[in-house]
Amino acid sequence: MNPAPSIVFFTTASGAGYGLLFWLGLLRPLGLVQMSPMPALVALVLALALITAGLLSSTLHLGNPKRAWRAFSQWRSSWLSREGVAAVLTYIPALLLGLGLWVGAPALAVIAGLLAAAGAVATVYCTAMIYASLKPIRQWRHPLVVPGYLALSAFSGAVLLAMLAAFSGSGTVPAVLAILSGAAALLLKRAYWRGIDAAPPIATIESATTLGFIGKTRTLEPPHTEQNYLLREMGFRIARKHAAKLRLIAQLGGFALPVLLAVLALLAGGGLATLALTLGAVLTLAGLLVERWLMFAEATHTVTLYYSGT
Amino acid sequence: MTCLPEITPGQKKLGLVIDLDTCVGCQACAVNCKEWNASGHSGPLPDLKPYSAGAEGVWFNRVHSYEAGEGAQGRTVHFPRSCLHCETPDCVTVCPTGASYKRIEDGIVLVDHDICIGCGLCAWACPYGAREMDEDAGVMKKCTLCIDRIYNENIPEAQRQPACVLTCPTSARHFGDLGDPESKVSKLVAERGGQPLMPELGYKPVNSYLPPRNRTSLAAKPDEAAPTPMDIKNPLLRWMDKVLTR
Repeated sequence: MNPAPSIVFFTTASGAGYGLLFWLGLLRPLGLVQMSPMPALVALVLALALITAGLLSSTLHLGNPKRAWRAFSQWRSSWLSREGVAAVLTYIPALLLGLGLWVGAPALAVIAGLLAAAGAVATVYCTAMIYASLKPIRQWRHPLVVPGYLALSAFSGAVLLAMLAAFSGSGTVPAVLAILSGAAALLLKRAYWRGIDAAPPIATIESATTLGFIGKTRTLEPPHTEQNYLLREMGFRIARKHAAKLRLIAQLGGFALPVLLAVLALLAGGGLATLALTLGAVLTLAGLLVERWLMFAEATHTVTLYYSGT
Repeated sequence: MTCLPEITPGQKKLGLVIDLDTCVGCQACAVNCKEWNASGHSGPLPDLKPYSAGAEGVWFNRVHSYEAGEGAQGRTVHFPRSCLHCETPDCVTVCPTGASYKRIEDGIVLVDHDICIGCGLCAWACPYGAREMDEDAGVMKKCTLCIDRIYNENIPEAQRQPACVLTCPTSARHFGDLGDPESKVSKLVAERGGQPLMPELGYKPVNSYLPPRNRTSLAAKPDEAAPTPMDIKNPLLRWMDKVLTR
């Protein structure tokens, strides 16, 4: 599948934003992160900025962005529509959380924060289900796609919260959460890669053409000599050549190093901790861009059976 | 609404039956499809860079050619690929706007180009590659089963068929109601063992593909002495054969 930059950026940025919103909304009421209203407000602004930038970027992918509002109507059947509805609804408690922090209404901040956390989970779940519901793409139908999206969102959000909390002097709990969710995300991602590498194709050129009863089937002549939309969108192949290296880069840069930096921050404390967590956040987001790019580039669509036989 | 209509017994299911035995891969169906639909319900079907290198465009019908089997059993099969108007099409249910829909009255899957936002998710959801984006207008396009022909009272009744079916020089394409077991196309499917494409994905395609017929066994060597069927039909050769064998 073609890794459209607008979509890669969207799912990475808004995933991190929703992760940050989730931890912010959940941890403050539980008293697990000691953030006074002002730093918490900064964290909320960063979360909403990432979410909004991502959502705006996703509309660049549309052929008709001015009609994007129509996408809220088919939530009964479409995960893309559900994602849009969940994303917009999540703004309400998120903004109320901001209001509660701004005017100093702790009760409002707690309730709105918890609702915003729930909205963040729902939105990321819908995003993941857009991919996980597509039967022709076996790498996206994999049962670990949804847990993977949720874990990566939680990880990148925790890393961002740890960084922001470190600036206000209390990054311990978010840093521990970043380490735990980073380790979980890495294990999930490795299991996912093992899973898609081992899984058989969901269909064959023989079942796609009905010709299996004659024997092994091969492509002889293509229907057209030039490119078309299908080949550009579904037949993307460039990254698969470098998949192993890119997986390693994502694992080391996006997961292992940020986790180690968070451990270092816990041990060192002080200014060094802030530096380590900031570097970790940058590395995480860069690593996740690679991971998300691979998520597309490694995915194969059954329509390529008709063109290449595989 | 992108929820699928309830399927009732005896539901009309308009679709195509494509005979892989007689298709010669001439591309006439693809060309006539492009010609009709460029100005029809889904028109225009744009071409990008039509007069220079890298020309490409939107087509609803693509004719592939395959080799199946090995050695003496091996054969070339031409294979037209277009929308199968599935009974449970995910291209409809994934649509966030309601632009993609399946008609209750005849099962045709269509796109409302005034609502489509061009997100491309329906094309991802189609295992068969039936949908192609009109990148000029930013909306998705697909086979309409020539909805603007089959119900068109301004053209003679005999022509109220999809353009690809009318133009096929070997009558390899048939159009009709596959929901009616007594229809000509349903009988054809029953008689020839018509097959759906990728049934394992569960989309329940309405279109059916008739398999290439079994080869009549070839004689090991042509018999030099015996006249060929062609010779026997030609009166002059028949007479010569008779005279010379005397």
